[in-house]
Amino acid sequence: MTREMFVKEMEALQADVVRMASMAGDAIHAAVEALRDRDVARAARIIADDDRIDTLHLDLEARCMRLLARQQPMASDLRAIAAVFTITLDLERLADHAEGISKAVKRLGDQPLLKPLIDIPRMEALVQQMLRDVMHAFLRRDVALAEATALKDDEVDALRSQVFRELLTYMMSDPGTVSRALELLLVAQHLERAADHITNIGERVIYAVTGELRELNV
Amino acid sequence: MSALETNTMPNRPAAPAGPRVGGIDTRDVHAWFDRHHVLHGITLTIAPRQVTAIIGPSGCGKSTFLRCLNRMHELVPGARVGGQILLDGGDIYGPSVDPVLVRRRVGMVFQKPNPFPTMSIYDNVAAGLRLGGDRGGATLDEIVERSLRAAALWDEVKDRLEKPGTSLSGGQQQRLCIARALAVSPQVLLMDEPCSALDPAATLRIEELARQLAGDITIVIVTHNMQQAARVSDVTGFFLNGELVELGVTDQIFTRPKDKRTEDYITGRFG
Repeated sequence: MTREMFVKEMEALQADVVRMASMAGDAIHAAVEALRDRDVARAARIIADDDRIDTLHLDLEARCMRLLARQQPMASDLRAIAAVFTITLDLERLADHAEGISKAVKRLGDQPLLKPLIDIPRMEALVQQMLRDVMHAFLRRDVALAEATALKDDEVDALRSQVFRELLTYMMSDPGTVSRALELLLVAQHLERAADHITNIGERVIYAVTGELRELNV
Repeated sequence: MSALETNTMPNRPAAPAGPRVGGIDTRDVHAWFDRHHVLHGITLTIAPRQVTAIIGPSGCGKSTFLRCLNRMHELVPGARVGGQILLDGGDIYGPSVDPVLVRRRVGMVFQKPNPFPTMSIYDNVAAGLRLGGDRGGATLDEIVERSLRAAALWDEVKDRLEKPGTSLSGGQQQRLCIARALAVSPQVLLMDEPCSALDPAATLRIEELARQLAGDITIVIVTHNMQQAARVSDVTGFFLNGELVELGVTDQIFTRPKDKRTEDYITGRFG
């Protein structure tokens, strides 16, 4: 494989990573909207569509393997491919969390929500912003932006704790609300894990650029 | 008297010599072919009993550098070396040093296998010893077998030691050359693109052999094949235009090179 071909393949790989991120982000957004609108049918579609994202993940991995075998890349090229390997896995997990939220929507069915959704949509908005920023960092090889993205993870964690405390008071005052409260808690948990995966992506962006592998938000 | 000096030389103070482990230090080494200045101030340490690979584009001086390490560069008319090259603390270019003794302690194999064409397999291995090497009490048969075993060739040739060295395949001939070098118990083995003329299977055998030998002697291998350097070496040095650009642990050189020129070379942007 010539250098020119390799560069083109890497560009295509990166474009498809961004496309996969977009699909995963859209799935999370759609799942939280389905929760807000009590739209079980929409949740079912999100669950079914997860297969498309899984297929894209496997395709990206296969292309990485092919580049490794054909090019025997070194240094920054090698790190870039290694980063794509783990980033696509994190994006696939992101999509799994969208599926998890959608399954909670299905289980809730047409039961009324305990309270208007406030913190969960705020968490989702932060997750979307983190995803946009980390993808920009990925495309522009921007270490500072990757680091800044990880800081928002703390905000998401704080909101999750807030959701938990609030739902706990509901459950303690009325045991009949436990099953609904647990589903909402699961949704918050999925969003918190989604933010963790985006932080992981930021770590891999930094690794690809600098060769330094470190945990953000320790 | 250091091991590199001879009895026939005028009595000079011995160069300080450490234990014979095959460690090399080069200090500001320059080399010329007549007025053509091909090595510029090479200062590096080659750790004993490891594989050090030297990589770089054609004409960068890596083979010239290798030939300085066993005083073969000076055999070219008009060629000269400046600076110091210390083998276990002793300067191999010291005034009373016998280059023949240097080349016994620092053996070499070349790109094209070169068994002595008129000699048998046995005689090829024994040649250096017959010229005056120290057998350390062992018989010639014992040393020949030991050397062929060390070169992973014994089992293939033990029943035909009297056959010509040139009757072997290319890969076997290269291993025979390695056995020949090992017979005189060197501390260092220099390998100048030893696999360039070999097929992939023979290449793999030589690479495995280099790794095995590194447990006992120091290996310095010049290669234009970066993947080979990555597979076989502990430390890698990158040469460019007669200069040492970077020397580091092989893992680091091939994943996080410090110098942009190294990065550009190993990612194929030039060379």
